[in-house]
Amino acid sequence: MKTILTVDFGSTFTKVSAVCAEKAEIIGTAKAFTTIETDIRDGLNNALRELESQTGKLEFTSRLAASSAGGGLKMVAVGLVPGLTAKAASTAACSAGAKVVKTYAYELSHAEQQEIYDINPDLILLSGGTDGGNKEVILHNAAKLAEIDQNFATIIAGNKSVAQNVCDVLVRSGKDARVCDNVMPSFNTLEIMSAKNAIRDLFMEKIIEAKGLSEAAKMMSIPIIPTPLSVFEGAQVLSDSLGPILVVDVGGATTDVYSMCSGVPTLPNVGMKGLPEPFAKRTVEGDLGMRYSLDALVDAASTAGRNMDDLDNISEFQALCKANPSIVPDANSPFHSYDEKICGLAIDMAVERHSGKLETAFSPHGEIFYQIGKDLSDVKYVIGVGGAIIYSANPTSILQYATTPPGNPYLKPINPKFLIDKKYIFSAMGLVSRVDKQLAIKIMEKDITEV
Amino acid sequence: MNGKTLVMGVIGADVHAVGIKILSHAFEKAGFKVVNLGVMVSQEEYIEAAIETAADAIVVSSLYGHGELDCRGLREKCDEAGLVGIPLYVGGNLVVGKRNFEEVEKIFLDMGFTRAYPPGTTPERGIEDISKDLGIA
Repeated sequence: MKTILTVDFGSTFTKVSAVCAEKAEIIGTAKAFTTIETDIRDGLNNALRELESQTGKLEFTSRLAASSAGGGLKMVAVGLVPGLTAKAASTAACSAGAKVVKTYAYELSHAEQQEIYDINPDLILLSGGTDGGNKEVILHNAAKLAEIDQNFATIIAGNKSVAQNVCDVLVRSGKDARVCDNVMPSFNTLEIMSAKNAIRDLFMEKIIEAKGLSEAAKMMSIPIIPTPLSVFEGAQVLSDSLGPILVVDVGGATTDVYSMCSGVPTLPNVGMKGLPEPFAKRTVEGDLGMRYSLDALVDAASTAGRNMDDLDNISEFQALCKANPSIVPDANSPFHSYDEKICGLAIDMAVERHSGKLETAFSPHGEIFYQIGKDLSDVKYVIGVGGAIIYSANPTSILQYATTPPGNPYLKPINPKFLIDKKYIFSAMGLVSRVDKQLAIKIMEKDITEV
Repeated sequence: MNGKTLVMGVIGADVHAVGIKILSHAFEKAGFKVVNLGVMVSQEEYIEAAIETAADAIVVSSLYGHGELDCRGLREKCDEAGLVGIPLYVGGNLVVGKRNFEEVEKIFLDMGFTRAYPPGTTPERGIEDISKDLGIA
């Protein structure tokens, strides 16, 4: 029997599942506390023992792992103009599965140097200038980064005419730096593959070791990847079979949104403006989370003028969550209904930020429309991931927040079907798809169910 | 290639798409690297494109008669964004009605444009002037 093991080294839990290839199903799942302080393999072995107590002794034909342990892959993106190379750099980092803590534009200031020192990122993606374009700013920024006394590696994805000089500046200061293709080789074109691959390579070479994962990595059949990347790839594979999809993953600290669609205008006579966006796009909202970022979420919702009528005692609930982030209000709690509403708000705002916007201009020829970002109105399925959605008695009412009636300038999905990832298999299936794509699709079609 | 980069486009809410394509081809053929922003270009878009591509000049086209309103402040914004002294060119049907071009030209030169062109100017004339201004032999 061909059995595949998937492992997800999370910040808190190490989750394992066993996949039977012949039956195309998950035959068991288990979790144990992640043991990053001692030896990460202890937690893995505990989870495996738990797994085998359900299934009996298992022989694995392949072992696959993703990790977000030790804070995940923490990155900073640096570019020149905010809406151009800075955005291109942050898009590239995001789609490589990184947590982009902050994006900087123009010449880095002294205060920003200090900020990057405090963020202490694992990697920096440095861009700026189209090929043959501006050289001064990326050189300036390399010199500024070289002065920061932290052990990050830098990927240079800027103006090819000075990329090597930029690299030399960093290497001379004793930092690891490498050059890849420009994320914006000519004006308004986005080329993220090379940067994405460079991030993956550095993750394997350096971050795995820095996060104490090297021994575990030796046990695996293929290199460990960042967990968001495995979710990303799971969603990508699923969209091969389902068509255009949107995945929302609401967690305690962030809300992640993945869209797999071309995003071209669905309305007639609409032109495109701004940086083109990739078919497979991921955004992460660090201020929209159910627990650790609940304060920021409440602030964002009131700034955005969202209706919070059902959340009368929200400040009390915020205090409770701060004291105990793992709190789950039971049926008798006055806060029982809060999580559904909060989750809805997170989805509402995260999807609005992810989707494109239709803008109107007035000309002597009448109204003219143009679209910035991706049009998601034709998305066929919205898929919910995360505890607040999958354990809710009424997931449809939560996922409804991802949609909009026609006529909204924000081009959110209009009439999608709703699915939920009840067993949280996206990450595992992203891993499985790396060795057997059809198997991953088969299992996802079975286990990601309509609500 | 002469090594010079031009950012060009049609400013404001103007959607006249043909002329700018012709200009873009003509300038490319003359050896310039052209970043054509197309129609409905805002002042900010010219500036951002010029920063990223380290452009040597910005060429603004306006055909619908609102050029005076659309172009006002572009020079000041360029100064603010660090593009101090970048040559700015403008041409097309810059104003509504039959005004004498010397008057119109003065308005645009006072706004900080390097040169302004009346309707019917050939691409060759622009190529010649810009080549001279940018020091291309």
